[in-house]
Amino acid sequence: MKVLTDTRTAFARELKPELRQPVGLLFTMMLPFLLLALFAPLLSNSGAGPGAGGGPAGAGSPWQWFVPGMLVLLGLSATAGAGASLLNEISSGAFERLLVTPLNRAAMLVGRTLKEVVVLLTQALLILLLLLPTDFRLHLPGALAGLVLLGVFGVGIGALSFTLALHSRRRQTLFYGVQQVVFFPLLLLSGVLLPITEAAAPTWLYVLSRINPVTHVVEAERALFDGQLIESVVLYGFLAAGAIAMLGVTAGIRGMRNASA
Amino acid sequence: MIHTRGLTRSFRAKGETVEAVRGLDLDIEAGSVVAFLGPNGAGKTTSLRMLTTLLPPTAGTATVAGHDVVADPAGVRRRIGYLGQGNSAGTGFRVMDELVTQGRAYGLRRAEAHARAERLLDALELEGLARRTVGTLSGGQRRRLDIAMALVHEPALLFLDEPSTGLDPHSRANIWEHVLRLHKDLGATIVFTTHYLEEADLWAGRVLVVDHGRVIADDSPERLKAELAGDLITFTTADPADTGPAATRARTLRAVREVTVEDREVRVRTSDGDVRLPELLRDLDAAGIRVHSTRLARPTLDDVFLTLTGRTLRESADADIPTTPHQGA
Repeated sequence: MKVLTDTRTAFARELKPELRQPVGLLFTMMLPFLLLALFAPLLSNSGAGPGAGGGPAGAGSPWQWFVPGMLVLLGLSATAGAGASLLNEISSGAFERLLVTPLNRAAMLVGRTLKEVVVLLTQALLILLLLLPTDFRLHLPGALAGLVLLGVFGVGIGALSFTLALHSRRRQTLFYGVQQVVFFPLLLLSGVLLPITEAAAPTWLYVLSRINPVTHVVEAERALFDGQLIESVVLYGFLAAGAIAMLGVTAGIRGMRNASA
Repeated sequence: MIHTRGLTRSFRAKGETVEAVRGLDLDIEAGSVVAFLGPNGAGKTTSLRMLTTLLPPTAGTATVAGHDVVADPAGVRRRIGYLGQGNSAGTGFRVMDELVTQGRAYGLRRAEAHARAERLLDALELEGLARRTVGTLSGGQRRRLDIAMALVHEPALLFLDEPSTGLDPHSRANIWEHVLRLHKDLGATIVFTTHYLEEADLWAGRVLVVDHGRVIADDSPERLKAELAGDLITFTTADPADTGPAATRARTLRAVREVTVEDREVRVRTSDGDVRLPELLRDLDAAGIRVHSTRLARPTLDDVFLTLTGRTLRESADADIPTTPHQGA
Protein backbone atom coordinates (compact mmCIF):
# COMPACT_ATOMS: atom_id res chain seq x y z
CA MET A 1 0.00 0.00 0.00
CA LYS A 2 2.75 2.41 0.99
CA VAL A 3 4.71 1.32 -2.09
CA LEU A 4 1.78 2.33 -4.28
CA THR A 5 1.25 5.70 -2.56
CA ASP A 6 4.98 6.40 -2.71
CA THR A 7 5.16 5.40 -6.37
CA ARG A 8 2.36 7.84 -7.07
CA THR A 9 4.16 10.57 -5.14
CA ALA A 10 7.41 9.96 -7.04
CA PHE A 11 5.59 9.73 -10.37
CA ALA A 12 3.55 12.88 -9.71
CA ARG A 13 6.65 14.84 -8.77
CA GLU A 14 8.41 13.96 -12.03
CA LEU A 15 5.37 14.45 -14.23
CA LYS A 16 4.42 17.91 -12.93
CA PRO A 17 7.14 19.87 -14.75
CA GLU A 18 6.19 18.10 -18.00
CA LEU A 19 2.55 19.07 -17.54
CA ARG A 20 3.51 22.64 -16.70
CA GLN A 21 5.72 22.90 -19.77
CA PRO A 22 4.50 20.42 -22.36
CA VAL A 23 6.71 22.02 -25.02
CA GLY A 24 9.63 20.20 -23.44
CA LEU A 25 8.30 16.97 -24.98
CA LEU A 26 9.15 18.22 -28.43
CA PHE A 27 12.83 18.70 -27.72
CA THR A 28 13.55 15.12 -26.72
CA MET A 29 11.73 13.80 -29.82
CA MET A 30 13.82 15.91 -32.18
CA LEU A 31 16.06 13.11 -33.45
CA PRO A 32 13.34 10.71 -34.64
CA PHE A 33 11.31 13.63 -35.92
CA LEU A 34 14.18 14.92 -38.05
CA LEU A 35 14.92 11.45 -39.36
CA LEU A 36 11.27 11.05 -40.33
CA ALA A 37 11.23 14.39 -42.08
CA LEU A 38 14.65 14.46 -43.72
CA PHE A 39 15.72 10.84 -44.09
CA ALA A 40 12.61 8.72 -44.60
CA PRO A 41 11.66 10.36 -47.95
CA LEU A 42 14.88 8.92 -49.42
CA LEU A 43 13.73 5.40 -48.70
CA SER A 44 10.90 5.37 -51.23
CA ASN A 45 13.38 5.80 -54.07
CA SER A 46 16.23 3.62 -52.81
CA GLY A 47 13.96 0.66 -52.24
CA ALA A 48 15.95 -0.23 -49.16
CA GLY A 49 13.17 -0.40 -46.67
CA PRO A 50 10.21 -2.61 -47.34
CA GLY A 51 10.64 -6.31 -47.07
CA ALA A 52 13.13 -6.24 -44.23
CA GLY A 53 12.62 -7.16 -40.62
CA GLY A 54 9.86 -9.70 -40.81
CA GLY A 55 7.34 -7.65 -42.73
CA PRO A 56 6.12 -8.81 -46.10
CA ALA A 57 8.08 -7.67 -49.10
CA GLY A 58 6.88 -4.61 -50.95
CA ALA A 59 4.38 -3.53 -48.33
CA GLY A 60 3.91 -0.20 -50.03
CA SER A 61 4.73 3.06 -48.23
CA PRO A 62 8.27 3.44 -46.84
CA TRP A 63 6.64 4.93 -43.72
CA GLN A 64 5.23 1.52 -42.93
CA TRP A 65 8.73 0.11 -42.52
CA PHE A 66 10.51 3.14 -41.14
CA VAL A 67 8.11 4.50 -38.49
CA PRO A 68 8.19 1.54 -36.04
CA GLY A 69 11.98 1.79 -35.97
CA MET A 70 11.70 5.49 -35.22
CA LEU A 71 9.46 4.74 -32.23
CA VAL A 72 12.12 2.38 -30.89
CA LEU A 73 14.77 5.05 -31.52
CA LEU A 74 12.57 7.47 -29.59
CA GLY A 75 12.47 5.03 -26.69
CA LEU A 76 16.21 4.50 -26.84
CA SER A 77 17.24 8.16 -27.03
CA ALA A 78 14.70 10.03 -24.92
CA THR A 79 14.47 7.46 -22.17
CA ALA A 80 18.22 6.97 -22.01
CA GLY A 81 18.57 10.67 -21.26
CA ALA A 82 16.38 10.17 -18.18
CA GLY A 83 19.44 9.34 -16.13
CA ALA A 84 20.94 12.73 -16.96
CA SER A 85 18.14 14.48 -15.06
CA LEU A 86 18.71 12.21 -12.08
CA LEU A 87 22.44 12.91 -12.28
CA ASN A 88 21.70 16.66 -12.09
CA GLU A 89 19.61 16.12 -8.99
CA ILE A 90 22.33 14.00 -7.45
CA SER A 91 24.86 16.80 -7.81
CA SER A 92 22.49 19.61 -6.78
CA GLY A 93 21.31 17.99 -3.54
CA ALA A 94 17.67 17.49 -4.53
CA PHE A 95 18.13 13.72 -4.74
CA GLU A 96 19.71 13.62 -1.30
CA ARG A 97 16.68 15.49 0.02
CA LEU A 98 14.46 12.68 -1.35
CA LEU A 99 16.75 9.94 -0.01
CA VAL A 100 16.38 11.25 3.51
CA THR A 101 12.57 11.01 3.34
CA PRO A 102 10.84 7.72 4.16
CA LEU A 103 9.85 7.28 0.49
CA ASN A 104 10.10 3.63 -0.51
CA ARG A 105 13.26 3.09 -2.59
CA ALA A 106 11.58 0.84 -5.16
CA ALA A 107 8.83 3.43 -5.54
CA MET A 108 11.42 6.14 -6.18
CA LEU A 109 12.76 4.12 -9.13
CA VAL A 110 9.43 2.92 -10.48
CA GLY A 111 7.77 6.35 -10.17
CA ARG A 112 10.53 8.01 -12.14
CA THR A 113 10.55 5.25 -14.76
CA LEU A 114 6.79 5.38 -15.22
CA LYS A 115 6.99 9.09 -15.90
CA GLU A 116 9.55 8.41 -18.65
CA VAL A 117 7.18 5.84 -20.15
CA VAL A 118 4.24 8.25 -20.09
CA VAL A 119 6.32 10.89 -21.87
CA LEU A 120 7.57 8.30 -24.38
CA LEU A 121 4.10 7.06 -25.23
CA THR A 122 2.80 10.61 -25.57
CA GLN A 123 5.59 11.37 -28.00
CA ALA A 124 4.91 8.16 -29.93
CA LEU A 125 1.22 9.06 -30.21
CA LEU A 126 2.19 12.51 -31.42
CA ILE A 127 4.35 11.02 -34.19
CA LEU A 128 1.55 8.67 -35.23
CA LEU A 129 -0.92 11.56 -35.30
CA LEU A 130 1.42 13.58 -37.50
CA LEU A 131 1.62 10.67 -39.91
CA LEU A 132 -2.14 10.20 -40.23
CA PRO A 133 -2.42 12.47 -43.28
CA THR A 134 0.32 10.49 -45.12
CA ASP A 135 -0.06 7.07 -46.74
CA PHE A 136 1.12 5.44 -43.48
CA ARG A 137 -1.56 2.88 -42.61
CA LEU A 138 -2.44 2.43 -38.96
CA HIS A 139 -3.63 -1.07 -38.03
CA LEU A 140 -5.29 -0.29 -34.73
CA PRO A 141 -4.88 -3.56 -32.76
CA GLY A 142 -1.31 -3.95 -33.99
CA ALA A 143 -0.48 -0.33 -33.23
CA LEU A 144 -1.89 -0.64 -29.70
CA ALA A 145 0.14 -3.79 -29.09
CA GLY A 146 3.15 -1.96 -30.56
CA LEU A 147 2.71 0.86 -28.05
CA VAL A 148 2.48 -1.63 -25.20
CA LEU A 149 5.75 -3.19 -26.40
CA LEU A 150 7.29 0.27 -26.64
CA GLY A 151 6.18 0.96 -23.07
CA VAL A 152 7.82 -2.22 -21.78
CA PHE A 153 10.99 -1.35 -23.69
CA GLY A 154 10.87 2.19 -22.27
CA VAL A 155 10.63 0.83 -18.71
CA GLY A 156 13.80 -1.16 -19.32
CA ILE A 157 15.86 1.57 -20.98
CA GLY A 158 14.66 4.23 -18.51
CA ALA A 159 15.45 2.08 -15.49
CA LEU A 160 18.86 1.15 -16.91
CA SER A 161 19.58 4.82 -17.51
CA PHE A 162 18.71 5.62 -13.87
CA THR A 163 20.87 2.71 -12.74
CA LEU A 164 23.80 4.06 -14.70
CA ALA A 165 23.26 7.52 -13.22
CA LEU A 166 23.19 6.10 -9.68
CA HIS A 167 26.44 4.26 -10.29
CA SER A 168 28.01 7.40 -11.76
CA ARG A 169 27.23 9.60 -8.76
CA ARG A 170 30.87 9.98 -7.82
CA ARG A 171 32.17 10.49 -11.39
CA GLN A 172 29.64 11.92 -13.76
CA THR A 173 31.79 11.33 -16.84
CA LEU A 174 31.10 7.62 -16.42
CA PHE A 175 27.45 8.21 -17.22
CA TYR A 176 28.02 10.12 -20.42
CA GLY A 177 30.87 7.84 -21.46
CA VAL A 178 28.88 4.64 -21.11
CA GLN A 179 25.80 6.20 -22.64
CA GLN A 180 27.71 7.27 -25.75
CA VAL A 181 29.53 3.95 -26.06
CA VAL A 182 26.33 1.92 -25.72
CA PHE A 183 23.76 4.10 -27.49
CA PHE A 184 25.12 4.21 -31.04
CA PRO A 185 26.11 0.53 -31.37
CA LEU A 186 22.70 -0.52 -30.06
CA LEU A 187 21.04 1.88 -32.47
CA LEU A 188 23.06 1.06 -35.58
CA LEU A 189 23.04 -2.69 -34.95
CA SER A 190 19.26 -2.77 -34.56
CA GLY A 191 18.59 -2.03 -38.23
CA VAL A 192 16.54 1.03 -37.47
CA LEU A 193 17.93 3.10 -40.32
CA LEU A 194 18.77 0.39 -42.87
CA PRO A 195 17.86 -3.29 -42.73
CA ILE A 196 20.56 -5.66 -41.56
CA THR A 197 19.74 -8.85 -43.45
CA GLU A 198 21.67 -12.06 -43.87
CA ALA A 199 21.99 -11.33 -47.59
CA ALA A 200 23.02 -7.68 -47.41
CA ALA A 201 25.27 -7.58 -44.34
CA PRO A 202 28.65 -9.23 -43.66
CA THR A 203 28.24 -12.27 -41.43
CA TRP A 204 29.88 -10.67 -38.34
CA LEU A 205 27.60 -7.65 -38.58
CA TYR A 206 24.55 -9.83 -39.04
CA VAL A 207 25.49 -11.94 -36.00
CA LEU A 208 26.02 -8.82 -33.89
CA SER A 209 22.65 -7.47 -34.90
CA ARG A 210 20.99 -10.78 -33.97
CA ILE A 211 22.58 -10.61 -30.51
CA ASN A 212 21.36 -7.05 -30.02
CA PRO A 213 18.05 -7.28 -28.12
CA VAL A 214 16.92 -3.98 -29.63
CA THR A 215 16.86 -5.65 -33.08
CA HIS A 216 14.13 -7.98 -31.89
CA VAL A 217 12.11 -5.13 -30.45
CA VAL A 218 12.40 -3.27 -33.77
CA GLU A 219 11.33 -6.33 -35.77
CA ALA A 220 8.38 -6.96 -33.48
CA GLU A 221 7.29 -3.31 -33.80
CA ARG A 222 7.45 -3.57 -37.59
CA ALA A 223 5.31 -6.69 -37.62
CA LEU A 224 2.80 -5.17 -35.18
CA PHE A 225 2.47 -1.89 -37.05
CA ASP A 226 1.92 -3.98 -40.15
CA GLY A 227 -1.05 -5.58 -38.44
CA GLN A 228 0.56 -8.96 -37.81
CA LEU A 229 -0.02 -9.89 -34.19
CA ILE A 230 0.49 -13.63 -34.22
CA GLU A 231 4.09 -13.82 -35.36
CA SER A 232 7.15 -15.38 -33.74
CA VAL A 233 9.06 -12.08 -34.18
CA VAL A 234 6.43 -10.43 -31.98
CA LEU A 235 7.03 -13.01 -29.27
CA TYR A 236 10.79 -12.51 -29.49
CA GLY A 237 10.31 -8.76 -29.33
CA PHE A 238 8.23 -8.99 -26.17
CA LEU A 239 10.73 -11.42 -24.66
CA ALA A 240 13.64 -9.08 -25.44
CA ALA A 241 11.83 -5.98 -24.11
CA GLY A 242 10.62 -7.91 -21.06
CA ALA A 243 14.14 -9.10 -20.29
CA ILE A 244 15.51 -5.55 -20.60
CA ALA A 245 12.73 -4.28 -18.34
CA MET A 246 13.32 -6.96 -15.71
CA LEU A 247 17.05 -6.32 -15.73
CA GLY A 248 16.59 -2.55 -15.58
CA VAL A 249 14.05 -2.50 -12.78
CA THR A 250 15.97 -5.04 -10.67
CA ALA A 251 19.26 -3.22 -11.08
CA GLY A 252 17.57 0.16 -10.63
CA ILE A 253 15.86 -0.75 -7.37
CA ARG A 254 19.10 -2.17 -6.05
CA GLY A 255 20.86 1.03 -7.11
CA MET A 256 18.28 3.16 -5.28
CA ARG A 257 18.62 1.07 -2.12
CA ASN A 258 22.40 1.39 -2.26
CA ALA A 259 22.31 5.12 -2.97
CA SER A 260 22.28 5.76 0.75
CA ALA A 261 24.23 2.68 1.70
CA MET B 1 17.14 11.31 21.08
CA ILE B 2 20.53 10.34 19.66
CA HIS B 3 22.90 7.71 21.02
CA THR B 4 26.06 6.64 19.24
CA ARG B 5 28.79 4.28 20.32
CA GLY B 6 32.09 4.05 18.51
CA LEU B 7 30.54 5.50 15.35
CA THR B 8 33.25 5.46 12.70
CA ARG B 9 33.44 6.16 9.01
CA SER B 10 36.48 5.71 6.83
CA PHE B 11 36.91 6.33 3.13
CA ARG B 12 39.34 4.85 0.67
CA ALA B 13 41.08 7.58 -1.26
CA LYS B 14 44.06 7.00 -3.57
CA GLY B 15 44.82 3.65 -1.97
CA GLU B 16 44.83 5.13 1.52
CA THR B 17 42.23 4.81 4.23
CA VAL B 18 41.08 8.15 5.56
CA GLU B 19 39.18 8.12 8.82
CA ALA B 20 36.62 10.91 8.55
CA VAL B 21 34.91 10.14 11.85
CA ARG B 22 36.70 8.20 14.57
CA GLY B 23 34.73 6.51 17.32
CA LEU B 24 31.99 9.04 18.01
CA ASP B 25 30.30 8.43 21.39
CA LEU B 26 27.37 10.76 21.73
CA ASP B 27 24.20 11.13 23.78
CA ILE B 28 21.89 13.95 22.82
CA GLU B 29 18.77 14.55 24.88
CA ALA B 30 15.42 15.38 23.37
CA GLY B 31 14.75 19.10 23.14
CA SER B 32 18.36 20.24 23.02
CA VAL B 33 20.09 22.42 20.43
CA VAL B 34 23.50 21.00 19.61
CA ALA B 35 26.19 22.34 17.29
CA PHE B 36 29.02 20.47 15.66
CA LEU B 37 31.71 23.14 15.37
CA GLY B 38 34.94 22.59 13.51
CA PRO B 39 36.92 23.43 10.40
CA ASN B 40 36.15 21.99 6.98
CA GLY B 41 37.10 18.35 6.79
CA ALA B 42 36.76 17.82 10.54
CA GLY B 43 34.08 15.16 10.07
CA LYS B 44 30.97 17.23 10.86
CA THR B 45 29.12 16.47 7.64
CA THR B 46 30.13 12.82 7.65
CA SER B 47 28.76 12.49 11.19
CA LEU B 48 25.49 14.09 10.16
CA ARG B 49 25.19 11.91 7.06
CA MET B 50 25.56 8.79 9.19
CA LEU B 51 22.94 10.01 11.68
CA THR B 52 20.50 10.79 8.85
CA THR B 53 20.92 7.36 7.16
CA LEU B 54 22.59 8.86 4.08
CA LEU B 55 25.87 7.10 4.77
CA PRO B 56 26.33 3.75 6.48
CA PRO B 57 28.91 3.69 9.29
CA THR B 58 32.05 1.64 8.81
CA ALA B 59 31.88 0.65 12.47
CA GLY B 60 29.91 1.42 15.61
CA THR B 61 26.22 1.98 16.23
CA ALA B 62 23.81 4.89 16.17
CA THR B 63 20.26 5.06 17.46
CA VAL B 64 18.39 8.11 16.21
CA ALA B 65 14.88 8.94 17.44
CA GLY B 66 14.64 5.43 18.84
CA HIS B 67 15.64 3.58 15.68
CA ASP B 68 18.92 2.06 14.58
CA VAL B 69 20.30 3.82 11.49
CA VAL B 70 21.47 0.55 9.91
CA ALA B 71 18.76 -1.90 10.99
CA ASP B 72 15.78 0.44 10.56
CA PRO B 73 16.69 3.43 8.36
CA ALA B 74 13.05 3.96 7.35
CA GLY B 75 12.10 4.33 11.02
CA VAL B 76 14.74 7.02 11.42
CA ARG B 77 13.75 8.83 8.22
CA ARG B 78 10.10 9.14 9.26
CA ARG B 79 11.09 11.03 12.39
CA ILE B 80 13.78 13.41 11.24
CA GLY B 81 14.10 16.50 9.10
CA TYR B 82 17.25 17.28 7.18
CA LEU B 83 18.77 20.26 5.49
CA GLY B 84 21.78 19.35 3.39
CA GLN B 85 24.51 21.59 2.08
CA GLY B 86 23.10 21.42 -1.43
CA ASN B 87 19.77 22.66 -2.73
CA SER B 88 16.84 20.52 -1.70
CA ALA B 89 14.49 21.52 -4.49
CA GLY B 90 14.93 20.38 -8.08
CA THR B 91 15.83 23.20 -10.48
CA GLY B 92 13.06 22.57 -12.98
CA PHE B 93 10.26 22.22 -10.45
CA ARG B 94 7.86 24.78 -9.08
CA VAL B 95 8.27 25.92 -5.49
CA MET B 96 4.83 24.79 -4.35
CA ASP B 97 5.09 21.44 -6.17
CA GLU B 98 8.33 20.57 -4.42
CA LEU B 99 6.93 21.50 -1.01
CA VAL B 100 3.81 19.40 -1.56
CA THR B 101 5.94 16.46 -2.76
CA GLN B 102 7.92 16.68 0.49
CA GLY B 103 4.74 16.61 2.56
CA ARG B 104 3.43 13.67 0.55
CA ALA B 105 6.72 11.82 1.02
CA TYR B 106 6.08 11.95 4.77
CA GLY B 107 2.55 10.62 4.34
CA LEU B 108 0.63 13.90 4.59
CA ARG B 109 -2.62 14.17 2.65
CA ARG B 110 -2.48 16.45 -0.34
CA ALA B 111 -4.69 19.15 1.22
CA GLU B 112 -2.72 19.10 4.45
CA ALA B 113 0.62 19.22 2.60
CA HIS B 114 -0.68 22.16 0.60
CA ALA B 115 -1.90 24.05 3.66
CA ARG B 116 1.39 23.59 5.48
CA ALA B 117 3.34 24.62 2.39
CA GLU B 118 1.31 27.84 2.19
CA ARG B 119 2.01 28.63 5.84
CA LEU B 120 5.73 27.97 5.46
CA LEU B 121 5.99 30.13 2.36
CA ASP B 122 4.47 33.01 4.30
CA ALA B 123 6.59 32.41 7.37
CA LEU B 124 9.83 32.25 5.39
CA GLU B 125 9.10 35.38 3.36
CA LEU B 126 8.57 33.39 0.20
CA GLU B 127 4.97 34.47 -0.36
CA GLY B 128 4.17 35.04 -4.01
CA LEU B 129 6.84 32.59 -5.18
CA ALA B 130 4.69 29.43 -5.05
CA ARG B 131 4.37 29.21 -8.82
CA ARG B 132 7.94 30.20 -9.59
CA THR B 133 10.41 27.67 -10.98
CA VAL B 134 13.07 26.87 -8.40
CA GLY B 135 15.91 27.66 -10.80
CA THR B 136 14.81 31.31 -11.03
CA LEU B 137 15.05 31.98 -7.27
CA SER B 138 17.89 33.92 -5.69
CA GLY B 139 20.39 32.13 -3.45
CA GLY B 140 18.73 33.35 -0.27
CA GLN B 141 15.27 32.41 -1.50
CA ARG B 142 16.46 28.92 -2.42
CA ARG B 143 18.00 28.44 1.00
CA ARG B 144 14.77 29.51 2.70
CA LEU B 145 12.89 27.07 0.49
CA ASP B 146 15.33 24.35 1.63
CA ILE B 147 14.39 25.20 5.22
CA ALA B 148 10.69 25.08 4.38
CA MET B 149 11.17 21.64 2.82
CA ALA B 150 12.92 20.41 5.96
CA LEU B 151 10.14 21.74 8.21
CA VAL B 152 7.04 20.71 6.26
CA HIS B 153 6.44 17.55 8.32
CA GLU B 154 7.31 19.24 11.63
CA PRO B 155 10.01 16.76 12.62
CA ALA B 156 10.83 16.10 16.26
CA LEU B 157 14.51 16.02 15.31
CA LEU B 158 16.03 18.35 12.77
CA PHE B 159 19.51 18.09 11.26
CA LEU B 160 20.99 21.14 9.57
CA ASP B 161 24.26 20.86 7.66
CA GLU B 162 25.82 24.33 7.37
CA PRO B 163 22.38 25.97 7.27
CA SER B 164 23.46 29.54 6.65
CA THR B 165 26.59 29.26 4.54
CA GLY B 166 26.64 31.95 1.89
CA LEU B 167 23.63 33.84 3.26
CA ASP B 168 23.37 37.50 4.14
CA PRO B 169 22.80 38.34 7.83
CA HIS B 170 19.10 39.05 7.32
CA SER B 171 18.41 35.68 5.69
CA ARG B 172 20.53 33.99 8.31
CA ALA B 173 18.52 35.50 11.15
CA ASN B 174 15.27 34.66 9.35
CA ILE B 175 16.25 31.02 9.01
CA TRP B 176 17.21 30.71 12.66
CA GLU B 177 13.99 32.34 13.72
CA HIS B 178 12.04 29.51 12.10
CA VAL B 179 14.30 26.74 13.24
CA LEU B 180 14.08 27.99 16.81
CA ARG B 181 10.33 28.36 16.58
CA LEU B 182 10.14 24.64 15.79
CA HIS B 183 12.36 24.10 18.81
CA LYS B 184 10.33 26.30 21.16
CA ASP B 185 6.79 25.52 20.02
CA LEU B 186 7.14 21.81 19.37
CA GLY B 187 10.14 20.96 21.52
CA ALA B 188 12.11 19.75 18.52
CA THR B 189 15.71 18.69 18.94
CA ILE B 190 18.08 20.60 16.65
CA VAL B 191 21.48 19.31 15.58
CA PHE B 192 23.52 21.48 13.25
CA THR B 193 27.02 21.80 11.86
CA THR B 194 28.74 25.09 11.31
CA HIS B 195 32.09 26.66 10.93
CA TYR B 196 30.69 30.04 11.96
CA LEU B 197 31.51 30.31 15.62
CA GLU B 198 28.98 33.07 16.15
CA GLU B 199 26.26 30.70 15.00
CA ALA B 200 27.24 27.99 17.47
CA ASP B 201 27.69 30.57 20.21
CA LEU B 202 24.34 32.26 19.65
CA TRP B 203 22.01 29.34 19.09
CA ALA B 204 23.45 26.17 20.55
CA GLY B 205 22.94 25.05 24.13
CA ARG B 206 25.71 22.57 23.65
CA VAL B 207 28.73 22.69 21.36
CA LEU B 208 30.74 19.72 20.21
CA VAL B 209 34.10 20.94 19.01
CA VAL B 210 35.28 18.58 16.29
CA ASP B 211 38.74 18.23 14.78
CA HIS B 212 40.25 15.45 12.67
CA GLY B 213 37.22 13.19 13.13
CA ARG B 214 37.08 13.42 16.92
CA VAL B 215 35.08 15.41 19.44
CA ILE B 216 37.74 17.32 21.35
CA ALA B 217 35.41 19.31 23.61
CA ASP B 218 31.76 19.06 24.54
CA ASP B 219 29.94 21.57 26.72
CA SER B 220 27.77 24.70 26.70
CA PRO B 221 29.39 27.63 24.86
CA GLU B 222 29.64 29.59 28.13
CA ARG B 223 31.42 26.83 30.00
CA LEU B 224 33.71 26.05 27.09
CA LYS B 225 34.75 29.66 26.90
CA ALA B 226 35.16 30.10 30.64
CA GLU B 227 37.04 26.87 31.21
CA LEU B 228 39.06 26.48 28.07
CA ALA B 229 39.77 30.05 27.07
CA GLY B 230 38.92 32.61 29.71
CA ASP B 231 38.82 36.39 29.36
CA LEU B 232 41.62 38.39 27.86
CA ILE B 233 42.86 41.59 29.54
CA THR B 234 45.19 43.64 27.39
CA PHE B 235 46.97 46.70 28.78
CA THR B 236 49.84 49.04 28.07
CA THR B 237 51.93 50.98 30.55
CA ALA B 238 52.61 54.71 30.38
CA ASP B 239 56.34 54.04 30.47
CA PRO B 240 57.44 51.37 27.96
CA ALA B 241 60.15 50.29 30.38
CA ASP B 242 57.46 49.13 32.81
CA THR B 243 56.05 46.55 30.38
CA GLY B 244 58.27 43.71 31.64
CA PRO B 245 57.81 44.35 35.37
CA ALA B 246 54.05 44.80 34.86
CA ALA B 247 53.84 41.41 33.17
CA THR B 248 55.79 39.83 36.02
CA ARG B 249 53.36 41.30 38.56
CA ALA B 250 50.35 40.21 36.55
CA ARG B 251 51.59 36.61 36.65
CA THR B 252 51.32 36.58 40.45
CA LEU B 253 47.65 37.54 40.44
CA ARG B 254 44.86 35.13 41.40
CA ALA B 255 43.26 33.01 38.63
CA VAL B 256 45.61 34.29 35.95
CA ARG B 257 46.43 31.49 33.52
CA GLU B 258 48.89 33.02 31.18
CA VAL B 259 50.60 36.32 30.54
CA THR B 260 52.28 37.18 27.28
CA VAL B 261 53.91 40.33 26.00
CA GLU B 262 53.43 41.34 22.42
CA ASP B 263 55.05 44.54 21.20
CA ARG B 264 54.23 46.87 24.10
CA GLU B 265 51.03 45.10 25.04
CA VAL B 266 50.65 42.81 28.01
CA ARG B 267 48.02 40.13 27.45
CA VAL B 268 46.57 38.44 30.51
CA ARG B 269 44.44 35.35 30.04
CA THR B 270 42.23 34.82 33.11
CA SER B 271 38.82 33.75 34.30
CA ASP B 272 36.38 36.41 35.56
CA GLY B 273 38.16 39.21 33.74
CA ASP B 274 35.64 41.81 34.93
CA VAL B 275 36.67 41.17 38.56
CA ARG B 276 40.32 40.63 37.77
CA LEU B 277 40.83 43.88 35.88
CA PRO B 278 40.31 46.29 38.84
CA GLU B 279 42.46 44.02 41.01
CA LEU B 280 45.20 44.18 38.46
CA LEU B 281 45.00 47.97 38.26
CA ARG B 282 45.16 48.37 42.04
CA ASP B 283 48.12 46.01 42.20
CA LEU B 284 50.07 47.82 39.50
CA ASP B 285 49.21 51.17 41.06
CA ALA B 286 50.56 50.01 44.41
CA ALA B 287 53.78 48.99 42.66
CA GLY B 288 54.07 52.46 41.13
CA ILE B 289 53.39 51.32 37.56
CA ARG B 290 51.12 53.67 35.64
CA VAL B 291 48.75 51.94 33.28
CA HIS B 292 48.06 53.81 30.06
CA SER B 293 45.20 51.81 28.46
CA THR B 294 43.21 48.65 29.13
CA ARG B 295 40.94 46.41 27.16
CA LEU B 296 38.85 43.48 28.32
CA ALA B 297 37.77 40.90 25.73
CA ARG B 298 35.33 38.12 26.42
CA PRO B 299 36.49 34.85 24.89
CA THR B 300 35.07 33.49 21.64
CA LEU B 301 34.74 29.88 20.61
CA ASP B 302 37.67 30.59 18.33
CA ASP B 303 39.79 31.05 21.46
CA VAL B 304 38.46 27.69 22.65
CA PHE B 305 39.47 26.05 19.40
CA LEU B 306 42.86 27.72 19.58
CA THR B 307 43.40 26.45 23.12
CA LEU B 308 42.46 22.94 22.08
CA THR B 309 44.32 22.65 18.79
CA GLY B 310 46.84 25.46 18.58
CA ARG B 311 45.12 26.64 15.41
CA THR B 312 42.37 29.18 15.01
CA LEU B 313 39.10 28.07 13.55
CA ARG B 314 39.09 31.00 11.19
CA GLU B 315 42.37 30.08 9.55
CA SER B 316 41.20 26.47 9.31
CA ALA B 317 37.80 27.43 7.96
CA ASP B 318 38.16 30.27 5.54
CA ALA B 319 41.53 31.43 4.39
CA ASP B 320 40.35 34.81 3.16
CA ILE B 321 39.73 36.24 6.62
CA PRO B 322 43.06 37.58 7.91
CA THR B 323 43.93 36.42 11.38
CA THR B 324 46.19 37.94 13.94
CA PRO B 325 49.00 35.65 14.97
CA HIS B 326 48.33 34.22 18.40
CA GLN B 327 50.78 32.67 20.76
CA GLY B 328 49.50 29.66 22.66
CA ALA B 329 46.79 30.82 25.05
